[in-house]
Amino acid sequence: MRWYWIDRFEKFVSGVEAVTIKNVTFSEEVVYDYLPGYSHYPHSLIIEGMAQTGGLLLSQLEDFTQKIVLAKISKAEFEGIAQPGDQLRLTARLLSRQTDGAIVEGHVEVNGQPMATLGLTFAILDDSFGKDQFFIPSDLCRVLRALRLFDVGVDADGKPIQVPEFLASAESAALQAAD
Amino acid sequence: MASSEEVFEKVQEALVDALGVEDDEVTKEATMVGDLGAESIDFLDIVFKLEKAFGITIPREELFPDDILTNAEYVQDGKVTADGLTELKGRLPWADLSKFEENPRVQDFGNLLTVNDLCRYVESKL
Repeated sequence: MRWYWIDRFEKFVSGVEAVTIKNVTFSEEVVYDYLPGYSHYPHSLIIEGMAQTGGLLLSQLEDFTQKIVLAKISKAEFEGIAQPGDQLRLTARLLSRQTDGAIVEGHVEVNGQPMATLGLTFAILDDSFGKDQFFIPSDLCRVLRALRLFDVGVDADGKPIQVPEFLASAESAALQAAD
Repeated sequence: MASSEEVFEKVQEALVDALGVEDDEVTKEATMVGDLGAESIDFLDIVFKLEKAFGITIPREELFPDDILTNAEYVQDGKVTADGLTELKGRLPWADLSKFEENPRVQDFGNLLTVNDLCRYVESKL
């Protein structure tokens, strides 16, 4: 199962802010089945979408090589729900970053109206949690391209961010192997 | 300059917010880990909230002297040596280490910090 709760990046400023879009559709099982008869997109998945937005914002700072997990939801205040046909805009801002973790503030809008405020704490895991990466590099590269992160991503000076070499080469190798 | 009571109130607010505890649980004597249930990841949040509330910068090593506690020069058989204690006192002049000194097991250090210690640390930064 694909566990991506964002559709694309709309804005990405390295180490500062990322904005993603999530379109809610009736064809998603979670929307249809979560509360039968009252189709809406679960708040928990909005939080997960913000974790993905903020997690990638954090992860990009070290070229997606660190193991980063959502460690704590310190704040999750919602007003209203999102239903099929609605569009969510998730804005994640990196407030603080240390060697072992980071704090992200999230704001969610539904169809342009404020819907939620989130506070997320991420842990950056060291090698005591194992040396294996969370993601297969070629898969990660494909996902980041599909989310258009590299289409909109810029560094703090406004210059486009590049696909990290290890991701690009893994992607090339995977494509060649598929030929 | 903020009074001790003002510092305590702001620290209390930060802890209530970060740890989801009640106001009356955050007494000056309460230990961060044992009484308030703070886990290591919570300290990221607490430090951030204190920096914001007081407009200060909190270098990690000032609150968490991991380098001392993992230094073979200062630790023997799982206990902090006399030299290590001197080093700790120098690094954490705001912390009450008297209880820890009685049996300075490294593993107990994490549960040493009290709300009052945190207040004294913040006051030392103001």
